[in-house]
Amino acid sequence: MRIELVRRAEHSRLMVWASPLLAVAITLVIAVGIFAAMGADPLEALYIFFVEPLTAGWSLQELVVKAIPITLIAIGLSLCYMSNTWNIGAEGQFTAGAILGSLFPIVFPGWTGPLVLPAMLLFGILGGMLYAAIPALLKIRFGANEILTSLMLVYVAQLLLDWIVRGPWRNPDGYGFPESRVFDASAQMPLLVDGGRMHIGLVFVFVAVLVVWFTMGRTLTGFQIRVLGQAPRAGAFAGFSQNRMVLFTFLVSGGLAGLAGIMEVAGPIGQLRPSISPGYGFTAIIVAFLGRLHPVGILIAGFVLALTYLGGEAAQVALGMSDKVMRVFQGLLLFLVLACDTLIYYRVRLVRPVADPLGGAVHGRG
Amino acid sequence: MSGAVEQVRAGEREARVRPDAAPLLEAVGITKIFGALKANDGIDLAIRPGEIHALLGENGAGKSTLVKILYGALQPTAGEIRWNGEPVRIASPAAARRLGIGMVFQHFSLFDALTVAENIALAVPPRESRAALAAEIETVSAEYGLPLNPRSIVADLSVGERQRVEIVRCLLQKPRLIIMDEPTSVLTPQEANDLFSTLDVLVAGGVSVLYISHRLEEVKQICHHATILRHGKVVGECDPQKETAARLASLMVGADIRALSGEHRSLPDAPVRLAVTDLSLPPPHPFAVALDHVGLELRAGEILGIAGVAGNGQDELFGAISGERRSERSDAVTIDGRPCGTRGITARRRLGAAFVPEERLGHGAVPRMRLSENVVLTRHATDGTLRRSGVIDRLSSRGIVDRVTKLFDVRKGTPDPEATALSGGNLQKFVVGREIDRKPGILVVCQPTWGVDAGAAAVIRQALIDLARSGSAILVISQDLDEILELSDRIAVISKGRLSEPRPTAELTREEIGLMMGGVGEGGHAH
Amino acid sequence: MGAAEAILLTVVTAAVPLLLAAIGELVVERSGVLNLGVEGMMIMGAAGGFAAATLSGSPYIGIFGGLAAGIVMAALFAFVTLFLVANQVASGLALSLLGLGLSGIIGEPFVGTPGTKLPALAVPVLSDIPLVGKVLFAQDILVYAAAAITFGVWWFLYRTRGGLIVRAVGDNHGSAHALGYPVIRVRLLAILFGGACAGLAGAYLSLAYTPLWIENMTAGRGWIALALVVFASWLPARVVVGALLFGAVSILQFHAQAMGLGIPSQFLSSLPYLVTILVLVLISSNRSVLRVNTPASLGRPFVPDR
Repeated sequence: MRIELVRRAEHSRLMVWASPLLAVAITLVIAVGIFAAMGADPLEALYIFFVEPLTAGWSLQELVVKAIPITLIAIGLSLCYMSNTWNIGAEGQFTAGAILGSLFPIVFPGWTGPLVLPAMLLFGILGGMLYAAIPALLKIRFGANEILTSLMLVYVAQLLLDWIVRGPWRNPDGYGFPESRVFDASAQMPLLVDGGRMHIGLVFVFVAVLVVWFTMGRTLTGFQIRVLGQAPRAGAFAGFSQNRMVLFTFLVSGGLAGLAGIMEVAGPIGQLRPSISPGYGFTAIIVAFLGRLHPVGILIAGFVLALTYLGGEAAQVALGMSDKVMRVFQGLLLFLVLACDTLIYYRVRLVRPVADPLGGAVHGRG
Repeated sequence: MSGAVEQVRAGEREARVRPDAAPLLEAVGITKIFGALKANDGIDLAIRPGEIHALLGENGAGKSTLVKILYGALQPTAGEIRWNGEPVRIASPAAARRLGIGMVFQHFSLFDALTVAENIALAVPPRESRAALAAEIETVSAEYGLPLNPRSIVADLSVGERQRVEIVRCLLQKPRLIIMDEPTSVLTPQEANDLFSTLDVLVAGGVSVLYISHRLEEVKQICHHATILRHGKVVGECDPQKETAARLASLMVGADIRALSGEHRSLPDAPVRLAVTDLSLPPPHPFAVALDHVGLELRAGEILGIAGVAGNGQDELFGAISGERRSERSDAVTIDGRPCGTRGITARRRLGAAFVPEERLGHGAVPRMRLSENVVLTRHATDGTLRRSGVIDRLSSRGIVDRVTKLFDVRKGTPDPEATALSGGNLQKFVVGREIDRKPGILVVCQPTWGVDAGAAAVIRQALIDLARSGSAILVISQDLDEILELSDRIAVISKGRLSEPRPTAELTREEIGLMMGGVGEGGHAH
Repeated sequence: MGAAEAILLTVVTAAVPLLLAAIGELVVERSGVLNLGVEGMMIMGAAGGFAAATLSGSPYIGIFGGLAAGIVMAALFAFVTLFLVANQVASGLALSLLGLGLSGIIGEPFVGTPGTKLPALAVPVLSDIPLVGKVLFAQDILVYAAAAITFGVWWFLYRTRGGLIVRAVGDNHGSAHALGYPVIRVRLLAILFGGACAGLAGAYLSLAYTPLWIENMTAGRGWIALALVVFASWLPARVVVGALLFGAVSILQFHAQAMGLGIPSQFLSSLPYLVTILVLVLISSNRSVLRVNTPASLGRPFVPDR
């Protein structure tokens, strides 16, 4: 048997919706296999992993807390990927935003009041944008591959964070722990409801979804992004600048990643630490593709991936299962999404190869 | 149509007689179905040893499909192929080559980054050593008059030289049948003559040639026999020397071709609408051509044709005039007297210019976007109705699609399909119509009817003539000499990035143009 | 052993994993496929290699473990990009993410387990040559293998018909198909070879470089290997130069730390990444050279019409 792809005349509107669902379904089937292989009762494990986190108020709040950064980052990344530029360094931009945004509560702890948080958020955005501008400008000016440069900068940002919390920004009253001072209450994200960690970052997520939705669907800017992503030559013919779009999409995605970074340290964490993200910047890549680069899809996908984080933690506690399982699911899910996306543009057929006993030109009745 | 080839060769070649022998290759009832489309429908074809057999037909008639089946690149849905009378199944191109079938492709199947010798090595069974292969290449190229340097990188070769590589590659396999797909479409008339001489040597040696073309004069001249396809079926077989070109054409197209209305005009006093002055640009990438002191003046109401063999700077010239590439001097390009050499394509469109590039999909249109979105592609800056403070007005862009559809008879399955869902001819009508609908002062159009069926070609050419008659100025860049001669009031030739002085069409002969296309005679100095 | 010899030795050992991974990816890219999943295949090679060596007690069995892990990962990538024509960039990223997770699960039981180091195999006489003897002729089998593979790749690409076909497929897959060459099969084999090399590179890390299992122990080397291929403009000999250069940079960092120059260790640790960026910038700014050597079909999916 052989797989044959038949190109569709127009893309399938059904598959645009069905393909991510199919990917999730296949991931769940594989998950059952993995659970069984690890000696757990698959149904129980599935319940603990994917259902239990949705049954309690506090864990629903945690779901939102996890969904905020990955959704926000993914929305920015979707602009990049749609314009066919590849920012995969969101993790670094997240870190850069967290560092620059923390400037006020750490260096000027005496400054408190209602203006501190807005200033932090602005600096967080700025930090992410500046850090994202590096690969963008290197690509525009020198043609350096942005995939590799943005990724290398992730390692650099993490080392910078490590140095800063162990060195200059270490908490003077922290008994030598590698942590910054705890932020003042006025430098922390206000909570949406009392008694949890869900913060107003959720509002930013919804704003970003709406703005990007409108921009991509209705405006000339969104049109430019799509044209340059699908057919760069046609984009140049339309008078759109590829370079300007590279810079624009990197700045937007860097800014959103930076915002997510500062909201994370000003929210659930409350201080700078050597490690502030369980790979949100990379998970966001999966979110972007699972959401088919559409803001509403990304919003849904963000919650799906947030669930894998929570489920991973729950399975670790309840079943003693490795937290790496969650990473495997995430990687598999991205693979399957990409594979299923084939169905949007192609029909897949299985065919039997025709027997060819002499391996070439066969003389029939000689 | 008057054939250059005919005039040059008329005295030299005696009347051809179809060899009387049992067929070398016979196709019986070949049928190929793609989804809902019957690309080949019960085709019968018999090629005798030592004949040049023409396969005539329009674009979309099923020629390419049939050829791919004979060469093993496609499998027929039904039907039988016989080789020397015995039924065979040709499972792959390699199997075809083993039988003795070779192919010279229309869009060459060469590898730009590899050498001539490597390109040839890929197509023939392994030789003892590289030296042995190089020696063989030299022998064959000497024998058939096809000079080649085995060590050259293909990217550096001219189109004619590339075709020689293809032919030598084919000959080294000692084929008994050579399939040639539109071999002269990219050659100068002189290069085409060299090719015909090579073919004479081949058939004299007993080799058969299946010659695919839509150039009737050529077929009349060199072919022993012709099979004509239309809509996937054989509609006729004949001795092309005994038929008139008009009769062959009507068999091919199925109806009499509509004559165009419009005469070649001379307008020395009309105002200059587009001027290119001493324009030089370095090549944009290593495989491209530099523009070398190009100059031209395009007047209101005229059509200026730029002839030339592919790869002599047409793309680069189009890019420089459209503003996709900017010049360093502002006065290198002026539109209606306003210098715009340093400004981009959007600014030039705002000055009243419109552009149609050679490549429809991926350059002139985004394949996976709807027609209404493809309207926005080129008209976002010039149509006030299309956007209000950055927001696109979809109703307005759909209105333009409807207008163009009606005016140019664009056939499509749904009201607003993706560009890639349209056939080549209909998409070209849309892409040209999208610009003409703007009533541009200047229209620069590249290969307006390349790969388009006769009906659509006639509509497009008439629209260009009508636009010129309404006072616009039109620049047509084309490799199709017939098209240039039919449309243009004046003609210039581009060769190696240099443009000749434009001259009135009435004063020129095909031979003169052909010589200039080959870089001989009048060089480029129009400044 | 003198100081110069010791430094040379560490440079070579730091260069070997980069060389192995990069030479494999070079073949993949020459066939027209961009596999960004080198990091994932490499870390799986490290985990698979370490697990196989520890379970069997033989580091040589470990090599096969690494090899197999790399090939399996590559096969996954080949399936989605060749048969389902999925986006190569995104699929490569997925491969890296998946590899990091899977390797964590495989390696988890072995955290803290002492590893078995590949023994050095000294060539008699030659290994006694001053300065370079130990560096070149008293290494473990993977170092020799890396040298042999690199030479083999050069010989294959430029001296054999198979290599010519690989280059042809990477230059113009349409033409290769028209001539009857099996584009998909050629690319499949290239991708699997790339996976095998990346697996070996990972196995070298966990069996020779630091004979331990540490999570994320590849630390971006897979990505640096990708940059090396660009740096080498797809020429095998230049990959060797690049790998040694990067080996030197990463060793420099250790020596600088040992000397105690007062530079924070984090800055020194970030050197290889910064040098990678610098090198990419320098090599990319000469666009004409890159364009001539870049496989023309790189990253473009191939779907034959039937």
